Amino acid sequence: MKIAIPVDENSNDTKVCMSFGRTPYFLIYNTDTQKKEYLDNSAIASQGGAGIKAAQTIIDNSVEALLTPRCGENAADVFNTAGVKLYKTINDSVDDNIEAFKNNKLSILGQIHPGFHGHGG
Amino acid sequence: MVVKMKIAVLSGKGGTGKTLVSVNLASTAKDATYIDCDVEEPNGHLFFKPKQIIEEQVTVSVPQIEQGLCSGCRKCVEFCKFNALAYVKDKVMVFNEVCHSCGGCKILCPNHAISEIKKSIGALQSGTSENVKVISGFLNVGEVSGVPIIKKILEKGCSTNGITFIDCPPGSACTAMESISDADYCILVAEPTIFGVHNLNMVYELVKLFNKPFGVILNKCSKEENPAQEFCINRNIKILGTIPFDKELGTINSNGLIAVRENEKYRELFNELLDNLIKEVQHETVVNP
Repeated sequence: MKIAIPVDENSNDTKVCMSFGRTPYFLIYNTDTQKKEYLDNSAIASQGGAGIKAAQTIIDNSVEALLTPRCGENAADVFNTAGVKLYKTINDSVDDNIEAFKNNKLSILGQIHPGFHGHGG
Repeated sequence: MVVKMKIAVLSGKGGTGKTLVSVNLASTAKDATYIDCDVEEPNGHLFFKPKQIIEEQVTVSVPQIEQGLCSGCRKCVEFCKFNALAYVKDKVMVFNEVCHSCGGCKILCPNHAISEIKKSIGALQSGTSENVKVISGFLNVGEVSGVPIIKKILEKGCSTNGITFIDCPPGSACTAMESISDADYCILVAEPTIFGVHNLNMVYELVKLFNKPFGVILNKCSKEENPAQEFCINRNIKILGTIPFDKELGTINSNGLIAVRENEKYRELFNELLDNLIKEVQHETVVNP
């Protein structure tokens, strides 16, 4: 299966990004082939609704689980409808989180924040 | 002489004195309309306690999808600049709060699967309080943008004669821009602190950007030095007047009363401010018609 993580860089030494909707890149990791690929997040420059657009990118890439520090409610709606599971990352290391996911050590992301909408108009 | 003008009252942050200034100036003027554009937390009506209130709903259009007609082409999803639409599991999801009601998705849909429905986002209340016509906008809790309500209040307020005072939302974001868009003159209310100067500078830049004539009212003034006053002097900004840091005024205000209706000395203070304001606005309209 494919899992996704928001990341700061599109290289293997990248850290997990704190933002989901406005992360610069997504790491897509295939647990079967153990291959990593990086996707640009086109939602980063969105005037609004970045979480929705970023979630659309994730589901269009047939991802089944998202590992993220946090997620807003609109994006979470998209994921719920699509059946993508959300897990909370344990630290900023990509490999630690992938390892934890494989060992069933990650917990479900329970806290969905209401979003950071409307700041700066 | 009949004076007809629209005065917007702004400040860079809440609690500076926009409502104090606009409520008291409107109460001082003979024929005035007070418009509360601070639709996220309108409070002018708490002072005016208007009577004969008429309420009307404010609605916006949001898309409704006939999923059976949708072919999944995603034209609507790709078009929406605000990302109010997503295509999930062969269905279009609509995020009403994110929608800006442009109607583009409906026009683009090749299968005519999108229609528009009305959604209430808040209300307008109009009433009167002695000499003042009071119009307030109320945005429903949870709604993202008050701009449609502000547009509607301004439409309503602008049909009236006399002086219209527009009590703006704090800051310099979209809602403040919308509120001043139609104003003849802007009053910037400033506090006498360094933080106050920072906030004053925000609205100063906004009114310059919009090319609006403006002046400053310095609120909460004491005998201490006043950085906001220095800011004005250094930039040659017209100071329309000052309001003292005054416990009695503060008490009247925090009890939800209108100072000029309670005490003659405040009526004189605001009378003088109003005179200065009218002179200044008329001067501006002569110099920059």
